[in-house]
Amino acid sequence: MAPPAAPAEARRPIIRDALGIAIASGAYAIAFGAISTAAGLTLPQTLVMSSVMFTGASQFAMVGVIAAGGSVWAGAFTAVLLGTRNAFYSLRLASLLQVKGGLRPLAAQFVLDETTAMAIARDDPRLGRYAFWVTGVALFTFWNAGTLLGALATQAISDPKVFGLDAAVPAAFLALLAPRLRAREPLAIAVVAAVVALAVLPFVPSGVPLLIVAVLVGLFGLLRP
Amino acid sequence: MIVASVACYGLKLAGLALPETWLENQRVQRPVALIPIALLAALIAIGTFATGRHLVLDVRVAALVVAVAAVLLRAPFLVVVAAACATAALLRLF
Repeated sequence: MAPPAAPAEARRPIIRDALGIAIASGAYAIAFGAISTAAGLTLPQTLVMSSVMFTGASQFAMVGVIAAGGSVWAGAFTAVLLGTRNAFYSLRLASLLQVKGGLRPLAAQFVLDETTAMAIARDDPRLGRYAFWVTGVALFTFWNAGTLLGALATQAISDPKVFGLDAAVPAAFLALLAPRLRAREPLAIAVVAAVVALAVLPFVPSGVPLLIVAVLVGLFGLLRP
Repeated sequence: MIVASVACYGLKLAGLALPETWLENQRVQRPVALIPIALLAALIAIGTFATGRHLVLDVRVAALVVAVAAVLLRAPFLVVVAAACATAALLRLF
């Protein structure tokens, strides 16, 4: 993968930022590996999620649902819904990246919150492309290494509850959600979603509360002007 | 597991292939922006207040309160998660 030519002096800060993001997400991946293993997923399952799914919120959602006793399908459904935003990132990036043929499947895998932010922040499209690829490669490397580390470390622990790992998933989601709650409407939606999920929980199979919440908010988003 | 992983990848690939006019469509954008917020909030609630299909109050509630405080203090991701874990683990000792 040869990144398109970009001025050398402009590349260094990009590499520095990309590494910073990758190292931070590597630490985050350690948490994912740990939570996934604690939820009862095997090492290969955990690693496949990090390499193929490779989108943090979806991965946390899937293991979160499974840890809460939901079915694998309920987890998969939630993960895919959370992954829909990546399709919109791809749409935004398509004209910038101009990837053709064999590189396209690879570029697609690197479409994430972080790579999109790094790529669209540049004024020069060449630098944007460069930032996309550098961030993508660095993230993928650290993300998968972190997952392996977290999973292996947790396998060595007998009861994850002793270390409070069951509290890790809600805390991780909260940290992901918080930046999106700055306005009043998202905050109201979050509160209502939480209340609805808990209200229906005793009466429906595990995983279904999430489905109900997703359908309701989807309708709300579509119907409200 | 594999299905979900491949589907998440397919979504990324689809975006590179779809016509750009889709992006401008507000009717598509709003649900896509709102669904993650609602799902994450629901997951937080379920992960904190439920065991299986039962609503319960235990040390996880305290852990979430600590996590909220950490987020309000703009603590980094790992600190938020570690603080919640430590709270739950310590409270279980007593």
